[in-house]
Amino acid sequence: MKVVLQNLTKKFPGRDRKKRGDVTAVNDFTFEIPDGKLIGLLGPSGCGKSTTLNLISGLLKPTSGRIFFGDEDVTDLPPEHRGIGLVFQNYALYPHLTVRQNILFPLENLKGKDRLSKEEMRAKADEAAKLVQIGELMDRRPGELSGGQQQRVAIARALVKRPRVLLLDEPLSNLDARLRLQTREEIRRIQRETKITTIFVTHDQEEAMSISDMIVVMKEGLVQQMGRPQEVYDNPANLFVAKFLGTPPINVFEGRMKNGKLYIGGDAVMDIGHPGKLAGTAMAPGTERDVHVGIRPEGFLLQEDGPFACELAGIEVMGRDISVISRNRASLSPAIRSIVGTEHMDRLIPLEEKRSGVTETQEHDRTVRFSLVPGKVFLFDRETGERIL
Amino acid sequence: MKKKWSNSGLKAWLYLLPAILFLGVFMVYPLADVFVYSVEEGYHSASQTYFGVGGYNYSYVLHDPYFLQAVKNTFLLVIITVPLSTAIALLISVGLYSVRPLRNLLQTVYFLPYVTNTLAVGLVFMILFQKTPYSDGFANLVISWFGGESVDFISGPYWAKMFVLCFYTIWVVMPFKILILTSALASVDQSYYNAARVDGTSGFRIFRRITLPMISPMIFYLVITGFIGAFKAYSDAVALFGTDLNAAEMNTIVGYVYDMLYGDSGGYPSYASAAAIILFAIVLTITCINLLVGKRNAWK
Repeated sequence: MKVVLQNLTKKFPGRDRKKRGDVTAVNDFTFEIPDGKLIGLLGPSGCGKSTTLNLISGLLKPTSGRIFFGDEDVTDLPPEHRGIGLVFQNYALYPHLTVRQNILFPLENLKGKDRLSKEEMRAKADEAAKLVQIGELMDRRPGELSGGQQQRVAIARALVKRPRVLLLDEPLSNLDARLRLQTREEIRRIQRETKITTIFVTHDQEEAMSISDMIVVMKEGLVQQMGRPQEVYDNPANLFVAKFLGTPPINVFEGRMKNGKLYIGGDAVMDIGHPGKLAGTAMAPGTERDVHVGIRPEGFLLQEDGPFACELAGIEVMGRDISVISRNRASLSPAIRSIVGTEHMDRLIPLEEKRSGVTETQEHDRTVRFSLVPGKVFLFDRETGERIL
Repeated sequence: MKKKWSNSGLKAWLYLLPAILFLGVFMVYPLADVFVYSVEEGYHSASQTYFGVGGYNYSYVLHDPYFLQAVKNTFLLVIITVPLSTAIALLISVGLYSVRPLRNLLQTVYFLPYVTNTLAVGLVFMILFQKTPYSDGFANLVISWFGGESVDFISGPYWAKMFVLCFYTIWVVMPFKILILTSALASVDQSYYNAARVDGTSGFRIFRRITLPMISPMIFYLVITGFIGAFKAYSDAVALFGTDLNAAEMNTIVGYVYDMLYGDSGGYPSYASAAAIILFAIVLTITCINLLVGKRNAWK
């Protein structure tokens, strides 16, 4: 089922009596979620992603705007008539009912011609339980299950009525790290098997990137960018999106565009000379412009004669690769993190030893030099944070 | 190693000593003493002598018509007021919980009886129910509006007196129960209700299948304490019918115990002790039954 949000806005009355005015949790959302996909709503806490989910579920009424499931306008339908399944962050399993009774609960609410016979209900519940692989736990109570198992029961309960849209609110936040990995694959598998359009909310970019067909990045009630995870990562629309996606996070520097070159500190680190590549305002040759430069950790190449000089602060050996931590005056954060291949180990170790004071020598000895990978470097406007290049 | 253990044990006893002393002197010793009194036959309080040991005191008490009347009254009171007051309190709490405007005001109104002076309450009940040469009381006024005959609630027929006693008891215990139940209702996580709403659960079904089981531990607590409290009823009856409860046929078991000790026909600590032990046995039995039933239905 395709889900379309049209100019969706939700305002909450302001609690603070002195500061009159409403709090806009969701501001003029318009986007379309294609049928049968897994969509991640992603953003820091307080960005309105849970509100969006509750609007889609019908637990909240929008202030303005419309919601469509397929061609049907569901904006004024109460939640029970929308055909949704909702999995709550704390699962909201009824603690006094067994797993089976929990899964049966939505079916037992059906009335009139929709009402199923006892056997049909049982069969449906068993089917849902089988899908999430909890068949052997049916007679236990939620209190006797682990977090991951409770999560599965919650999903089974949401799926048992065959919803048109499945909504998951922070589905992995109550699980430990190992279980989180496992469960997210599980959500992916269940979604693939059922082909139900699934929308989930998370503040964890890794979680969203890893399993979503599409992510929607939000900030302060506004959609920042939406698209396939890799697309958004490779092509962030603004500094916020660039900073929000990726671990380790992107490194941000104060930079300057001058004479077709990008300067960070005193170094001309990259050619950006082709005027055609510049989005928005075409820059006349000779003009200068202050920018924020975002460089992904994998955008650094260790090179002895590289144009970008930083002071080495340490290295972290990860096994698969090396994390080089360095400093630069122009960097907005105290540490620059770059990821390089293990083949540079021999070169980095002596530098590292010098740094740690075993052989204290002159400063330039601790310098590491990088050249930059063009596709991993983004330029943003200093004021608006919008992407320039 | 061994020394260390016994040392820490000693310390523990030291810490427990104040509580043990206090409970021992004021709880355990009197309990044991009451039991001893209850089996001493022909105990004379002035000379502190008795003839022998046996079950005669129990037999006397159990054959005393006043005691049997008191048992009947107490059981009626318990059976009528405990379920009724709990059910009404639940209804009012759910009502309070579902109204938004004026909720705080209404909660205060329902809680006021809890902090109201017993004598003031008694006075109000007098105005409501007592027949005087000048007025028949408010209750009779209402009855006469509906064309009924006036009834003397304070010194009239047995059922009328029992009605007033039950009414009074329910009214007095209500605020505490409402307080407990509204906080129990408020502690049910909103996400259960949201989950039920998404699944299209009807309001009644939500109440029966979700709310009620969720707050059942609190209801259970109220029923048990309600039973115990009602079995110990005494002052309410005195407030309504005066101190000569035997004459008013409105005595309770605790009232009987008191009369046997200090009343006009008093001075029989042995009979009083036997009655107290019988009350203890009754309350213990009922509480055990309650706990057993509760355990079978518990989910936590």
